[in-house]
Amino acid sequence: MDVLIPMMAAAIRSGTPVLYAVLGEILAERSGVMNLGLEGVMLVGAFAGFSVTQSAGDPYLGLAAAFCAGALLTSVHAFLCITFGGNQVVSGLALSMLGGGMSAMMGRGHIGETINGLMPFKFPILGDIPLIGPVFFSHDAMVYASYLLTAFLCFFIFRTRPGMNLRAVGENPRAADAMGISVSRVRYTFTLIGGGLSGAAGGYLSVVYTQMWVEGMTAGRGWIAIALVIFGIWRPLRAMFGCYLFGGVYALQMRMQAAGTSIPAPMLLMLPYLMTLAVLTFISVRKGRGMLPGAPASLGNPFRREERE
Amino acid sequence: MRGWRLEPRTSVTPAFSAAVSAASIMLALVLGGVIMAAMGVNPFRAYYEILRGALGSSYGFSETLVKSIPLTMTGLACLLAFRMTIWNIGAEGQLVMGALASAAFVRYGSAGGAAGMFFGMFAASVLAGGLWGLIPGFLKGRWNVNEIIATLMLNYIALSLMDLLLYGAWKDPASMGFPMTPPFPPEARFLTFGRTRLHGGLAMALAMTAAAWFVIRKTRWGFEIRVIGENKRAAGYAGMNVMRNTALVMFVSGAIAGLCGMSEVAGLHGRLSRGFSVGYGFTGVIVAWLSGLNPLALPFVAFLMGILLVGGDTLQVVMTLPLSSVQVLQGLILFCVLGGEVFRRRRLRPSRAAPGTGEH
Repeated sequence: MDVLIPMMAAAIRSGTPVLYAVLGEILAERSGVMNLGLEGVMLVGAFAGFSVTQSAGDPYLGLAAAFCAGALLTSVHAFLCITFGGNQVVSGLALSMLGGGMSAMMGRGHIGETINGLMPFKFPILGDIPLIGPVFFSHDAMVYASYLLTAFLCFFIFRTRPGMNLRAVGENPRAADAMGISVSRVRYTFTLIGGGLSGAAGGYLSVVYTQMWVEGMTAGRGWIAIALVIFGIWRPLRAMFGCYLFGGVYALQMRMQAAGTSIPAPMLLMLPYLMTLAVLTFISVRKGRGMLPGAPASLGNPFRREERE
Repeated sequence: MRGWRLEPRTSVTPAFSAAVSAASIMLALVLGGVIMAAMGVNPFRAYYEILRGALGSSYGFSETLVKSIPLTMTGLACLLAFRMTIWNIGAEGQLVMGALASAAFVRYGSAGGAAGMFFGMFAASVLAGGLWGLIPGFLKGRWNVNEIIATLMLNYIALSLMDLLLYGAWKDPASMGFPMTPPFPPEARFLTFGRTRLHGGLAMALAMTAAAWFVIRKTRWGFEIRVIGENKRAAGYAGMNVMRNTALVMFVSGAIAGLCGMSEVAGLHGRLSRGFSVGYGFTGVIVAWLSGLNPLALPFVAFLMGILLVGGDTLQVVMTLPLSSVQVLQGLILFCVLGGEVFRRRRLRPSRAAPGTGEH
C-alpha cells in the first residue's frame, strides 16, 4: 500500500495532460474532423503557458493562454479541412511540424528556465477518505477540473441537444444538414474547442507537471493521445481510464529509473510506445470482430453541401 | 445571399497546375517571412542567405545534393505507401532500423571485400527497414490497426533501440562519451566524388527513383497499388488481395527507407551516431506530397527541400536563427500546398442564390 498509493496518484498526475488532449480530440473527431497535429498544438500550448506564467506570474492566466494558443493554431487546420475540404491527415501532419517548429523557435532562449506553477492541495472532505483521498484528491486544481470536464462531456455528448447535433454531424453530415444543423459551424466549434483543450494539455505539462520549458517536452504524448481516443472508442469515461493506464506506465517507468534498476533507460522509455501499439492492436482486433463500435462515420471526410458524395 | 463559394473545376491545364504549386510555395515563403520579421529577422536577408548557402558555391551545391539523397529515398518510401492511401509516417524509424542493421553487419558480419560488405549491408538494411514497415503493414492489413499511430510509435521504439546500443554495447570507447559507434572500415564505405561529401548513395537514389516509376507505371503490381489506393472495395471485387498488398507495400516502403539509413551511415557519416538523421523520415512526407505522388518529379522536390535544409544550416550560423525555423517553413509549405490543391480542383466564384429557391 505504501508503494501503491503514491504510484496510483502519480499515474493520475501523469495521465492528466494526455486526458485533456484526448477529451479535445474526442470532441473534434465526433464532429468528423481528425486533428493529427496534437503534438504540435500541445507544444505551442506548453510554451504559451510557460511564457505567460513566467511574465504574468499567474499560472491560471498561463493555462488560459495555453488554451487560446491551442485554439488559434488549430484554426489553420480547421480552415483548411472544413472550408477548403483539404486532406485531414496531411494538414494534421503540417500542423504538428508547424507547432513543433514554432514552439522551439520561440522558446529557444528559455530552455530549462523554471516557473512557479500550480501547486497541489488536498481537496476538502473528499481528500480525507482513506485510499480514495490520497489517490484522487491530493492533486492540483487542473486534475479536479479534468474530473468535472470528463463527467460533463459524458453528459453533454450523449444527453444534450447540442451533443446530439455534434454526433449527428460526425455520423451523417448530410442528414444533419437536412435537419437544419450547420455542419461547418458545428465542426469549427468543436475542432477549435478540441484544439484549445490540447493547448491546455500542453500548458498542464509546462505550468503544472514540470514547471519549466523544455524543447519538445511533449515527447510523443500528442500521438499517444490520438491512439487513446481510439482506445476510448470516442467515449470520455473509457478514454479517461486509458489515460490513467498510460499515466501508470509513465509513473512506473520513472520510478524504476529513480530506483536505479539494471534495466537500461532506453528500454524503459520504450514502454509507453510499446504499450500504445499493443493496446491499439488489441482494440482493433476486437473492433474487427464487431465487439466495439467504430469511428464516427464521416471522420476524415470533408462535407460539401452542394455536392453529392 | 452574398458571398463566395468554391465550384468544381472541370479541366486543369498542366501550366495552371504548376502555377498553383509555385504560388503555394511563394505564399508559404511570404508567411514564413512574416514570422521571421516578427522575430526581428530581416526575411529578405534570410532567404538570400538560404540561397547563397545552398547554391552560392560549389561546396554548397554539393551539400544540397548530399541532403537530397536521403530526402529522395524517404520521399519514395512515403510515395509508394501514399499511392495506396496507407499513411506511412514511420520512414524515420525504418531508416534508423536500416542504419542499425548496416552497423550490425559491419560489426558482426564477415564478408570478403567491399562488394561482399556492400551486399551484406544492403540485405541487412532491406530486411530491418522492411520488417519495421511490415509490422504496421500486417497489423493494418489483418486487423485494420491505424497505421499512422503504429508507424509513429515504431519511430520512437526504433530511436530507443538505437540509444540502447549507442549508449551501451556499440559505443566507441574512443568517442569521449559521444553516442556513436567506432568508424566503419574503408571497405564498408561508399565511394565519394572528388573532395566533396557527395557519395554513391546518389546513384542508389536515382536508381530507386527510376525503379519506383517503372513499378508504379509499368507493372501489374503498380496498377494494383493504384487501384487499391483509389478504391479498396472495388479492388477487392476485382480479385486483388488488399491485405497481402498492404503488408507488401509497407515492407517495400520500409525497405526503401532502410536503404536510406544504410546510405547515410555508409555513404555520409562512416559510422552510426545519434542524430545522424535530422528528421529525414518526416521531411520525406512533405517531399512525397509536394511531388504530387509522381516519382519522376520527386528528386527535384527533394532538391528544393535540400536547399531549405542546407540554407537552414547557413541561417543558423550567419543569422543565429534556430534550425526549428526550417521546420516552421516546412509546415507552412505543406499547409499552403494543401490549400493550393483546392484551387486546382475548384474555383472561387461569387455565390448567387440557386435557381428555384425563391431568394432575391
